[in-house]
Parts: sequence; C-alpha cells; structure tokens
Amino acid sequence: MSDEIIRRDPRAEWIARNRLHPLHDAMQQAGAAETRGPSGLIRRNPHAVGFIGPNGIKRIDRMNGNGPAVGGRRSAGAAKEVELPLHKVENPDYYVVVVPDMVGGRLSGHDRDVIGQAHKLIREGEGAGAVLAVVFGEHREEAFDKAGVDRLLNITGEAYEGYTPELRVAALEQVEKEYAPKYWLLPDSVAAGFEIGCRLAARIGERPATQAWQVSSDEAICRGAGGTTDITRKTPRLMLLAEECAEPIDETRHEVLPLELETSVSVQAVIQDCGQVAVDPNAIPLGEAEFILSAGNGVTDWNQFHQAAEALGATEGASRVAVDDGNMPRFRQVGATGTWVTARVYVAVGISGAVQHLQGIGQCDKVIAINTDVGCDMVKRAALSCIADSGEVMAELIRLANAYRQEVVENAA
Amino acid sequence: MQPDKQNANLRIAALVSVGKHPGSGRARRAEQDARAVEMGLAMAPQGLEVLHAGDPHAEALRAYAGMGLKKLRILQQGENADAVPALSQYLSETKPDIVLTGVRAESGESSGMMAYLLGEKLGMPVVTRIAEIVSIDNGQANLLQALPRGQRRALRVPLPFVASVDMAAATPRQSAFGPASRAEMEAKAADVEVLDEVQASWSEAPARKRPKRLKVVKAKTAADRFKAATAKSSGDGGKVLRDKPASEMAQAVFDLLLEEGVIR
Ligand SMILES: Cc1cc2nc3c(=O)[nH]c(=O)nc-3n(C[C@H](O)[C@H](O)[C@H](O)COP(=O)(O)OP(=O)(O)OC[C@H]3O[C@@H](n4cnc5c(N)ncnc54)[C@H](O)[C@@H]3O)c2cc1C
Repeated sequence: MSDEIIRRDPRAEWIARNRLHPLHDAMQQAGAAETRGPSGLIRRNPHAVGFIGPNGIKRIDRMNGNGPAVGGRRSAGAAKEVELPLHKVENPDYYVVVVPDMVGGRLSGHDRDVIGQAHKLIREGEGAGAVLAVVFGEHREEAFDKAGVDRLLNITGEAYEGYTPELRVAALEQVEKEYAPKYWLLPDSVAAGFEIGCRLAARIGERPATQAWQVSSDEAICRGAGGTTDITRKTPRLMLLAEECAEPIDETRHEVLPLELETSVSVQAVIQDCGQVAVDPNAIPLGEAEFILSAGNGVTDWNQFHQAAEALGATEGASRVAVDDGNMPRFRQVGATGTWVTARVYVAVGISGAVQHLQGIGQCDKVIAINTDVGCDMVKRAALSCIADSGEVMAELIRLANAYRQEVVENAA
Repeated sequence: MQPDKQNANLRIAALVSVGKHPGSGRARRAEQDARAVEMGLAMAPQGLEVLHAGDPHAEALRAYAGMGLKKLRILQQGENADAVPALSQYLSETKPDIVLTGVRAESGESSGMMAYLLGEKLGMPVVTRIAEIVSIDNGQANLLQALPRGQRRALRVPLPFVASVDMAAATPRQSAFGPASRAEMEAKAADVEVLDEVQASWSEAPARKRPKRLKVVKAKTAADRFKAATAKSSGDGGKVLRDKPASEMAQAVFDLLLEEGVIR
C-alpha cells in the first residue's frame, strides 16, 4: 500500500549489496527466496517468499518485492488514515445556511450533497463565505468536519424533540435575523427539508426554487410540473435542492465551530404531536417497507412464519418458489419479477439467494439469512447468517419477541 | 365511506388544479387534489366546496365534478396570474373550517408552496401530508400524517386549518361522465388578479435527463486504482453462526434487529 511508511535500514541494505561482507550470507539466508545451491543452480525456497500479513495470512507482494526485502521493514501501524487538509474561514463575509434533515440523527447522503452545493456557491461567489449548518435536537453525527460544515448551530432542548415544525421555523427566522445568510439551502426531501423549507419561505417571504438540481450562483435549473419540465431561473436566496445536486465534500476537513443564537425562541405551537401510530406492517406496500421477513422454500411451517412476522412486527415477503407453491400471495414476491424492495433490514428465511431474488434486495442495508446451507448465495450476501433449521430459529425468535414485548409493557406499567 | 365520520356543520374547501399525466402529458384531474376532494366528500358532502382559480373552461375540471359534485366554484383569472392572492381573498371571506390542497401540483412550478402561503396569509396552521382526518371533536381535529415507509403520525390541530393531502390518503372515487357534464361551473372573475411577474422571466423546457453520478475513484497510484476497479462490491461475507443452539443464534438475530431499531 502506498501510504504505508517503509522504514529503511541502510546498514542492512549495504550488507545485502556487499557480497564480501562477513554478515552477508547470514543476512541473505534469513529472508532469501533464491539461493545458489552447492552445484551452482538457483534454488527457490518458496517458504521464504512474501511476508505474514496482519491477519496471519501469508502475503506475496509482487510490486515491491523484486529481491529479498532485507532493509525494508514495514511499519507496524499500517493503513493509517490520511489527514485531510483543514479548510479555515476566519471571519466569514457571509453565511450560507444549510438545514440538514438529520434522519436518525445523522447526515444523510442528500444532506451531504446540499452541503457540497453550499460550498460550490461559495467558490463561485466573491468573498469568504462559511457554511453554517443548523441542526435541531440531539444528533449522533461525528463527521461534520468531513462533510464540510464550517459553523454548526445546534439548537437543542426538549421542545425541539419530535415533530415541531412551528418552533423550528421560528428558530430559523431568528437565524435569518441574526446572520442574514446569503443563501438558504435545504434538501427537498420527504423527511423534513421540503416542509421546513416551504414554511420558512412563506414566513420570510422568499420565493424558493424547488427540486433544484443544477445550481450556479446566477442560474438554477429546477424540475417543475411533477418532474416533467425543467425551469431555468435566476438563483433565488432560498432553495430546496434535489438529490445529487452537487458532489459532496470529500477532500477537506472543516472547522465545525459552534455558534449560538443570541435570543432563544419560543412559540405557542398549535400543532400537537401525538406520536407515531402503530401501523399494520402488512398494510405497508412491500416496496416501501422498512423491515421485511421473507420466506422461501426452506420454510415448512407457514403458520409459524406468519406468527413470527406478527411477533416481530415485520412485513411479509416471499421468494418465487414460495409464491408458486401457493404458500404466499403473488404480491408478496420479492425479486426480479416481483417487487424491488428498499427495506433497511431484510430477514431471508430458507431462501437460497438466486440472482433473480438478490436483484430485488439490492438496496437493502442489512440482510440476515437463516438457512441450513452454508454455501448458498444468500449467506454470502448476508451481514449475519444462522446456519440452522428455519423452524427452530423462528420459534426462538417468536419467544424472544414476545418476552421483549412483555418486558416493555411491565416497564411501562 | 363511513357515515359516522360525516359532519353536517363542517365546511371544507378543497382546492383543485389541472393535473398532467406524467406519461402522455395530457390534462387530467390531479391525483392528490382528487384525494383531497375524496377526503372532503367523506367528511362533509354538504359542506364541501371545490375551488379552482384559473380557466373555467378547462376540460379536466369536469373530472372532479364527475366525482359527484353539484357544482365547482371557479375564480376566473388569466393563465399567468398568481393563484394565491385570489384564493386567499376568497377564502378569507368564506372562512371554511378546513382547506385541503394537494402536496405538489402536477403542472406549472409544482413548488408545493400553496398550502404554506395560504396558511401564512390566512393565519391558519398548516399540516403537511395528511393521510386521514380521523375525527373532529371540540373544535380540534385528529389527523394522521403520512411519513415515509408507510408510517403514520397522529396530530391534533385546532380548526380552522390548512392541510395538504398525501398520496397515502384514500384513493379517489371514479369520475362519472354524466354527472361531470351536468355539474354547474360557477365562474366569477377573481377579486384580485396579480400577475406572476417573477415567473415571466423563467424559461421552461421539457425535463432533460439528469446525468447519473459516476463513482469517481480518487486514487493516487495505479495499484490503488486497480484495486478500486477490481474490488468486489460489498458483500465481503458477514458473520456466520453455526453449530450453536438455535436459541443463541436467535438471540444474535434479535439483538441485531433491536440495534437497527426495527422492533417497536
Ligand atoms: C425468469 C425468472 C424470474 C424469476 N424471478 C424471481 C423473482 O422475482 N423472485 C424470486 O424469489 N425468484 C425468482 N425466480 C426464481 C429463482 O430463480 C429461484 O428459483 C427462487 O428464488 C428460489 O427460491 P428459494 O430460495 O425460496 O428456493 P430454493 O432455491 O429451493 O432454496 C431453499 C433454501 O432453503 C434452505 N432450506 C431448506 N430447508 C431448510 C430449513 N429447514 N431451514 C432453513 N433453511 C432451509 C435450502 O438450503 C435452500 O438454500 C425467477 C426465475 C426465473 C427463471
């Protein structure tokens, strides 16, 4: 690897070059792959070739190893992460404010694109601008610096937890007053950005560009008419950006200096959040479901499978064989000829992992396989595999899920 | 249709626009607006007023009427006029309890700002992407809001309010031709007509295909580039549990599910 530091030992190198040196033979012998035998023929010692890698497996480095590596010893702390250059903005002339969605408390890919766009606008304009990210509530993001955040305004407090669009917009209005940003950039997403952006735009009287996908400092191209037309317009101050609007930041680190609002905001919120509602997982369209328990030919007890799905609160899916055999309805089929699912967690019970099936789960994050066959493709795809009979594992899962529910109820009481 | 949900005193205004079929580009009833009308019909068939600002002769408007409306109210204005001033003027006079809109229009700018601008102008709270109005009691409405991945959130808002209706709401009933052609199109000129001047400076073209983002490998050496090009995509094999009691394996699976937060 190029970023490993190679420590040279000049003395050893010199001895290796000098065949008359008294230590030459001994030194060469230690790591020699080729030696001259007594009859003058070249002898290869395959055991001496290469070196032992960090995980105990022998590695042959065919790139550096043209000759016994006598002098070069690889440093122990291999694969060190490169330190990216720090981008500093001392006294920003203006701010570009980004309000990321922070789905699950972390920056999403869309958020990073928007921050990338903010830096693009700063690069095109004059003066030193800083990207100010406004984050509500507790967050779990550790890499704000690598995402390109110069200043971070984290507005915390119990009032900001949950669904509080009115309070958030009031806080952003305060940001508008105190920092007078040059641009407001938000992700045009279902998660939060679209709603907050529209509310803010209506509040501060800006006309936003929505679904903007190509933005420079003087012109913005936006998708209009439900995505069927492109509107080219002058770049407004407030923009709701489409996904992949710009390249995310990946070559610099940024300061992430904390900022604060001078005055705290409070509003009488009229929209009352009564919490998320339990929905029947099987009523969720398969393509949208977050958590799918999917059955294949390896499932024999179908009642038990339905019980398991219910106990875990998972949406049911199936492989084609399970559907063709009449054990599951057609609309439950996952795969090339069924539904392409986007679940975050996909549990495949007794599914071998045929390509047609794997295509359908291409977008799933975590795949868990329960299968009797270690060699099958699903196990190769899965992040966690259990090599066991599906029935036994499902029985245990049902027990665990019920015990967990019981515990939650007891704790709540 | 649930008759118990109907409320004789409730007054609902559903704002409708002319939609556009994504494939053929033909004018049609907009999907979300039709859902708003459906929601209004289910809640208060008597007190529902369906409102459009624009051209009263648009054929697509008849598709809404075909859902069983006696009449449509149309605030007549030119093609390039801004719909918000006319609508907010009208709504501030009629003062409905609930104003329903779609989330985003299918034609024009489709910015989705309508509901928010009206809310701001009329001083009413705005609720986004509702899937259902569950009930109304003591001047407060219980709503279900549609979240991504089929999830729902319960909200409580005082009347009057503006709400945008999500695609997750009940599918609209079919439009029948007879009632559609019989319905009365009650058009009157809008009280205020503001030309949308900002929009006049825009240029519009059919959507271009967006370039796919390429995976650029920023490698310094040939060896790194080679590695990046030949590396297998993810799936470097996960953890495999075998020859263990089923309970232990199930526990591992369950722990992962808990960690991912899918067990509620
Ligand atoms: C044109 C075409 C399109 C197709 N489209 C699709 C599609 O969209 N979706 C789809 O799913 N398939 C599709 N298929 C079918 C696909 O090729 C496979 O046949 C199918 O996916 C296999 O289903 P399976 O994994 O459930 O069954 P099998 O391949 O029979 O696998 C069963 C698995 O269960 C395991 N098993 C057996 N007993 C147990 C037990 N007691 N406990 C635990 N594990 C056990 C076995 O080890 C095996 O791995 C398509 C095929 C064609 C030709």
